[in-house]
Amino acid sequence: MRTAAAIAALSALLAVFPFLATAPWVMTIALFTLMYAALASAWNLVGGYAGYPSLGHAAFFGLGAYTEALWFNHHGIGAGLTPFAVLPLVGLAVAAAGLPVAWIAMRTRADVFAIVTITLLFVAQTLAYNLRGITHGAQGVAMPVPDFAPATFERPFYYAMLALLVLALLLSHAVLRSRLGLALLAIRADEDKARGVGVPVGTAKLGAFALSVGITGMAGGVWAYYLSFIYPQFAVDPLVTVAMVLMVFLGGRGTLWGPVLGAFIVAPAQQYLAYQYGASQLYLLGYAALLVLVMLVLPRGVLPTLGDRYRSRQRRARTLRADVGTGVSADTGGDIAADVAGEQP
Amino acid sequence: MHETIQAVILGLLTGGVYALMASGQTLIFGVLKVVNLAQGALVILAAYLSSSLFDAFGIDPFLTVLLVAPAMFLLGTAVQWCLLRPLHRSDAPQLSLLVTFAVALGIEGVLTLVYKSDYRSIQPGYVNRSWTVAGYQVGEVRLAACLLSLATLGALALLLGRTRFGRAVRATVQNPTAARLLGVESGRVAALGFGLGAATAAAAGAVYGMVYSFNPGSHYDLISRLLSIVVLGGLGSLGGTVIAALAMGVVSALVGALVSPVWSDFSFFVVLLAVLLVRPGGLFGARLRGAL
Repeated sequence: MRTAAAIAALSALLAVFPFLATAPWVMTIALFTLMYAALASAWNLVGGYAGYPSLGHAAFFGLGAYTEALWFNHHGIGAGLTPFAVLPLVGLAVAAAGLPVAWIAMRTRADVFAIVTITLLFVAQTLAYNLRGITHGAQGVAMPVPDFAPATFERPFYYAMLALLVLALLLSHAVLRSRLGLALLAIRADEDKARGVGVPVGTAKLGAFALSVGITGMAGGVWAYYLSFIYPQFAVDPLVTVAMVLMVFLGGRGTLWGPVLGAFIVAPAQQYLAYQYGASQLYLLGYAALLVLVMLVLPRGVLPTLGDRYRSRQRRARTLRADVGTGVSADTGGDIAADVAGEQP
Repeated sequence: MHETIQAVILGLLTGGVYALMASGQTLIFGVLKVVNLAQGALVILAAYLSSSLFDAFGIDPFLTVLLVAPAMFLLGTAVQWCLLRPLHRSDAPQLSLLVTFAVALGIEGVLTLVYKSDYRSIQPGYVNRSWTVAGYQVGEVRLAACLLSLATLGALALLLGRTRFGRAVRATVQNPTAARLLGVESGRVAALGFGLGAATAAAAGAVYGMVYSFNPGSHYDLISRLLSIVVLGGLGSLGGTVIAALAMGVVSALVGALVSPVWSDFSFFVVLLAVLLVRPGGLFGARLRGAL
């Protein structure tokens, strides 16, 4: 209940934002931040909850972008809001395309899953370059430029990204409260044991994967319409995958808010630096250094680490209070129970 | 027919080079149980180093291996010791995978800064010479590369099979806990194993740079091929890796010659999916542990 309220509060806050900050460059940064928050939350469903690190999500982002772009390639100038209306279909199509690959890739262990997905990324990029009849290869695909008012041009895209983020959060929340969520957490803890006690591991993994790549594909669709021109090297970009992984690990994988926090830290910084210095060669180094740093120093991410700090401080305060009040040491048992309850996501 | 046999010859020679690259990968997986996503980037890094040495001092690319290999060995050891060893035990498998990915990106980033992203290749005078044997072309560089690969693989096999260090490595591969109980310093073995795997990338890089043109982003292409080979060979089996590399070399050369060069890249992915579908353990992966 509290989580649902928090999601509602955050989305209300973000919905008001375009009226507070109107400068186009701020809106652009905000739009990409929301996109990455949605992407990271989507990645978290598979990489965080189920513990299957996908390195190929950029392939599905690109697939969504191409599906959207090709759909509207032949329409006249100014397709207006229609391209947003077809996004659910784009999501479904991407999820359907992802299922067979996931079915094969998830038969074995997480290592092999990572191998197949990173290979898939490369294959998707090569396909985008070489299926010239469909994708026009390196020339790219154009979409109609929408006839939105220039002053508020970013707004529809911003709200579309916001809707995707809210969708991703609500889905994650619903998944966590359902049997699917339990199954995913059991898979992450010990897949063999989970299968042994009758958890439908295959279905759970596939379900999470389909949801995850569906959202990723829809984000790709909005992105394509916003740029109105897509090229293979940007539509299927390994950096998108890296950004998702980095944001999830920075914020805290397997938590609802971790990926959002990670995206809100990394994406604005990256966009701002790009505006100020435009040194895109430095992205890679920055991402790589930050990723290694997070793995070594904060392997569980910011949110879980801060949560632990907070809880242990609270416990110490309570122990002190109890000591002062009764003169005997406190009820450690109750605290441990509270901690265990607090560990539940 | 002539075309087919020519493709098979080319494929076997290319496969020899793949075997060298993938054997480093397999060694690292065997010792650390980590899929090293940086192996492709290490090969590309070595290719750039060889290329620079050749351009600056005119050192023959095959001889640069002697200089590059120790550097790569140190780099590999450092990566294991500084980045992989300190990882938290409970999450180590997933985290190490991503750390090696980060290392790959870091190498790509540095190479892009230093060399820009233009394609280049190593061009010694003999790079395009070839012998004609019974009507079939055999490129000198490819043949020498294949021989170098075989020599390196042989040296690796001797090192693993005949030395004390090799015995420690094999013990660690088979059962890390038992090896540690018997006095193997598993930390050191892991670091040296990673270094050794990286050192094979030095030889592979020099050869790769002569046969293909490359840029800092080439490692994605390379790593997908290497990983397909490693999965086909059964993760962790050195013999399986060599056979898988030769097989994939031939398959992709055949597809390239008979269908189209574009689709030869896909043969790797198709074979990878087919293997996972039919034999998830790979061709020789019945014994996942102890196959080195």
